[in-house]
Amino acid sequence: MDDANGAGAATIEFEHVSKHYDAATLKSGAPGAVDDLSLTVPAGRICVLVGPSGCGKTTTLKMANRLIEPTEGRILIDGVDIAGQDVTELRRGIGYVIQQVGLFPHQGIAENISTVPRLLGWDKQRQRARADELLSLVGLEPGKYRERYPSQLSGGERQRVGVARALAADPPVMLMDEPFGAVDPIVRERLQNEFLRLQEDLAKTILFVTHDIDEAVKMGDLVVVMQLGGKIAQAGAPAELLAEPATDYVARFVGADRGLKRLSLYRVGDIELAQAPLARAGESTAALRERAQAVDLDFVLLTDDADRPIGWVELADLQHDGAVQEADADPTSPLLDRRTTLKDATSRLLDEEVRNGVVVDRAGRVEGLLTLRAVMDWMQDERSLDVPEDIAEAVSAVVTEGQPAPPPA
Amino acid sequence: MIEIRWDWIANHLDDVAEKTWQHLQLLVIPMVAGFIIAFALAVLALRRPGSVGPVTAVTGLLYTIPSLAAFAVLIPITGLSLMTAIIPLTTYTLLILYVNTVAGLRSVPPEVNEAADAMGYTRSSRLWHVQLPLAIPLIMAGVRVAAVTTIGLVTVAAIIGGNRFGGLGQFITEGLQTDFDTKIYLGAVGSVILAFVVDGALVALQRALTPWTRARTEGS
Repeated sequence: MDDANGAGAATIEFEHVSKHYDAATLKSGAPGAVDDLSLTVPAGRICVLVGPSGCGKTTTLKMANRLIEPTEGRILIDGVDIAGQDVTELRRGIGYVIQQVGLFPHQGIAENISTVPRLLGWDKQRQRARADELLSLVGLEPGKYRERYPSQLSGGERQRVGVARALAADPPVMLMDEPFGAVDPIVRERLQNEFLRLQEDLAKTILFVTHDIDEAVKMGDLVVVMQLGGKIAQAGAPAELLAEPATDYVARFVGADRGLKRLSLYRVGDIELAQAPLARAGESTAALRERAQAVDLDFVLLTDDADRPIGWVELADLQHDGAVQEADADPTSPLLDRRTTLKDATSRLLDEEVRNGVVVDRAGRVEGLLTLRAVMDWMQDERSLDVPEDIAEAVSAVVTEGQPAPPPA
Repeated sequence: MIEIRWDWIANHLDDVAEKTWQHLQLLVIPMVAGFIIAFALAVLALRRPGSVGPVTAVTGLLYTIPSLAAFAVLIPITGLSLMTAIIPLTTYTLLILYVNTVAGLRSVPPEVNEAADAMGYTRSSRLWHVQLPLAIPLIMAGVRVAAVTTIGLVTVAAIIGGNRFGGLGQFITEGLQTDFDTKIYLGAVGSVILAFVVDGALVALQRALTPWTRARTEGS
């Protein structure tokens, strides 16, 4: 997503925005206040607001479509102060997805999806075509779902319809408040992945609220950790936040396993793979010993004629000095591909108690070796903290609350 | 021993039809008037929640006035006119229609209202296209109770309405005056049958208006 160009998207800018509640409102359980928040969401990016309940993240989100009016400050979308805009017109141009979805129970699915197009006065034909297009986009077969009522759908299907409804009039900006929070973890992960894939094409400017740090670092191009009182504790790209939490509060919030979380941000293809010493059946043991020693290993990887891995041959264990046979290979190494996250890849290595995983391409041919050493090196590598320019700019503009950053542990 | 003169009924079917028609008018006019007033007050309740207490108290008070007394109070003002029957019959529907309409509009889940607002519904289009349809089940429950109650009360209006708009109640008053059992039973049983028919029609109407409530639940 680093190449998201943001064409057709708009920036969202918060300028010294505050929302204070009077004592009476607070007593009846108002959402969290927001205190002098300044933040820019770059066009075409996902900005995740994350923090404990009452930290003001939902209040911030709802001020962007004026469901809540700020007490102070300005909010600009695409450079225009939204306070001066007609409120219904503003909202029709902003997609909105919430945890409870809020589908209209009395309307069929297609009708629900067509809500904003209908309000905008599109003709029926165009509404119907758009609804079908969106159903397909979110993975629901139009013929099967068009006429159903929300009560006939599963939780995951309802969430998909919620996303489709928000996208209906192709708004440049989307607000998403815990959009995948009401479904079980397996469905949630699938919806997250599908949404990220959609976003690669759509490049909407998205403000996304969650209390789940794992979801935040997964979904966000820019992650903003908020703290009680409606202040920003730290803003940064997910990797920055996990590698260098600015305060104890952020460190605690991102969790003690932040190193592992960081691993989930990278894919095997991001790091340099080691070359595996390859062998074919029938080659002499002496030649293989030489080949393995050249790369400081004491094993070789036996492959078939199409370069697909068969198994490891431990040279020290070889009982004979003749040609290597398939029977000598131990076929237990995990096979990884370039798209596997480093977290999953590392986990597989640990599971199988090996130091190296074989990376194969789509055809199953050996591409190289992923070693634990290489993973550790990558985590220390400056390049692992590379941040796209627009995100870096947004981060540097954020004023945070709290003490200076502690030295890295 | 009660003796029903079926031949008399058979000879007076046009009279039965006319009185049934009068009865229906005395049902529909107060129901429509009552619903318009109750709905307006319920919409006020959405915007000013503080109004619910006083409005419930006043409509509740109106509900407790005995019907005969209400007619008696109005005769000096409106005379023996149709209005004298319609006004009390309307006020009797208010409490149940108001309470149920408020409950219906309030039964709309908050996330549905929030989604409607966030997608750019105006307040009035949200009321007509989201809140009202979703309130129908509770509103219709109130309408059914009010309709059946009103059908019963219309028989009392015969005391002031006489032949002009007495409805089926006219048979009862006449039967009592002339000691003619057939008329008494005709009026009483007739209005009960009418109540069943109207209630059945309202149930059918509600089903037609709320197809989503019967959608078979699938998926998990």
